[in-house]
Amino acid sequence: MKLSRKTLILFAGAALFFALVKAMQFSGMITPYWQLVLDQALVIVIGALGLSIIYGFTGQFSLGHAAFYGLGAYTAGALDKVYGNGNMLFFFLSLLAGAAVAGLVALLIGLPILRLRSDYLGIATLGFGIIVRVGMENGNKLFPVLGGATGMSGTPQVANFDLIFILTLIVILLVRNFIFSTYGRACTSIREDEIAADVMGIDTTRYKVMAFVLGCALAGLAGGIYAHRYPFLHPASFDFLKSFDFLLIVVLGGLGSMTGTIVTAVGWVFLLEVLRVVLGQNFIDWRGVIYAVILIVSIIVRPQGIFSGREWRLLAPDHLKMATGKEQTHAGSGN
Amino acid sequence: MEHFLEQVLNGLQLGLMYALIALGYTMVYGVVQLINFAHGDVFMVGAFLGYFGFAVWGLPLPVAILTAMVTCALLGVIIERVAYRPLRYAPKIAALISAIGVSLFLEYFSSLKFVFGPNYRVVPRPFPEVHWEIAGLSVTNIQVIVFVVVLLMLILLQLLIYRTKTGMAMRTVAVDHNAARLMGVNVDTTISITFAIGSAFAALGGVLYAIAYPQIHPFMGIMPGLKAFTAAVLGGIGIIPGAVLGALIMGQIETLTSAYISSQLRDAIAFAILILVLLFRPTGLLGRTETEKV
Repeated sequence: MKLSRKTLILFAGAALFFALVKAMQFSGMITPYWQLVLDQALVIVIGALGLSIIYGFTGQFSLGHAAFYGLGAYTAGALDKVYGNGNMLFFFLSLLAGAAVAGLVALLIGLPILRLRSDYLGIATLGFGIIVRVGMENGNKLFPVLGGATGMSGTPQVANFDLIFILTLIVILLVRNFIFSTYGRACTSIREDEIAADVMGIDTTRYKVMAFVLGCALAGLAGGIYAHRYPFLHPASFDFLKSFDFLLIVVLGGLGSMTGTIVTAVGWVFLLEVLRVVLGQNFIDWRGVIYAVILIVSIIVRPQGIFSGREWRLLAPDHLKMATGKEQTHAGSGN
Repeated sequence: MEHFLEQVLNGLQLGLMYALIALGYTMVYGVVQLINFAHGDVFMVGAFLGYFGFAVWGLPLPVAILTAMVTCALLGVIIERVAYRPLRYAPKIAALISAIGVSLFLEYFSSLKFVFGPNYRVVPRPFPEVHWEIAGLSVTNIQVIVFVVVLLMLILLQLLIYRTKTGMAMRTVAVDHNAARLMGVNVDTTISITFAIGSAFAALGGVLYAIAYPQIHPFMGIMPGLKAFTAAVLGGIGIIPGAVLGALIMGQIETLTSAYISSQLRDAIAFAILILVLLFRPTGLLGRTETEKV
């Protein structure tokens, strides 16, 4: 296998970052709490990259991303809880199962509803998210292990920073390779103009479903990791408000930019925690207010997102000129 | 049979309240193609202001309702001015994110202790509830009031949109902003008026909701807002009769599934029906199917 120079630099950079975090861990600079935050940020990066494929690159508006995140979390969590007992092999198998279930459900729901456009698609996926949430709340009637509305605990907490970091790196490379492959190019052409893409001979349904399944499987994978790092799963963690979180990460990062999604996902998780620390006990009630104001101000200042379709050079191949995303796809009136 | 008809009446009451909220969503969508996610929270503010009006400050009920409606109309105009107007000609998704931000802002700001506070509040009835037996059916005065008030508002709205210059301006802006400008319509003012009317309707819906289901809290707007919005989509978003039709259907689905199937599965069934309807009518029940143009 021949690796490009950029990939090698990327690996070197990742190794450096990893070594840095490890050094900080050993010197005690990272408390368990901030370690948890960092791990959370990586999990959100994986999930948000999934939505980035669906919405940022293929232009399919989804407001139900957290449902697939939750499906992955519950599937992987429950499987490992019942059969795993902290076995590493089973940890990976359950992650794969979580991603597979999320992807399979995405295939079944995506085939019919990806015919819808813009806001209508958003609402259909939002509705699907609510159906999944109701399913999680009542899942204990079929499978008592799921815990229903009171939440589920007992998944072996075997995921640690090392594993999560490696998985994140693999996902970033996977998404990069997908986006700059012919498949990814086909997806981007659908975002830019679906009819034109159709005329150029691209099977739009096939690529839309492919992007949707891949993106949702990544959400499922992120959910599976989450289940192995946070001991308590609750349906409320996977409702449509969580879907909004993924959406605003992808939009604020800039549609059609992996770099934007990754940076914003990490920044977003840390922002929420830093606010908690800065405000202290007395002003903690203000956290939501300040967060909302930051959100409104940043989208007004950068409506096209922080990176607006640009890519960090190490993530983009040389021979392709990057086109900035048109970011339409969401206007209702078909113009 | 009586039980069934009573459930239908309950569904009608719920549906009419959804209609009041759904109208705001659909009108705003009509003029700026924006899903105003903050609308459900304006509804919450309306409910709280109504509660403070008649239960805390001791205003007569109509005055309390009017205060809530006027304040929320103002709130709607301010929201549009501050959070949506700077993004009007940006990508649509930017305004949607801004709307999510406004929604969170209203929820968390209302939860602050010196505003409305984070707790549930029980709303005292502003008037005693009366049950009437009509042809074996139990009807409450609250149902009658909701029915009369909402019907009155719907007629007023219909007159406003089809019989006044403002209404004509709204219909023009809904078709094309630039063409409307060329015809001498003040687009900014018209959009502000649309937000004001929509928010006032939401406030009225909020007060009626607080009277009918007497418990309020700062996050109460999320679900009714979502349902009302779904109702608007079900009927065909941007189309006013569609919003009312969708809301009435939504009210019936919810009440009947709660009564006969399972109250826990209520939301799932409501949204499953929404998805099914969209699969067969991709632009809602009354929506025009747009032809694709290259």
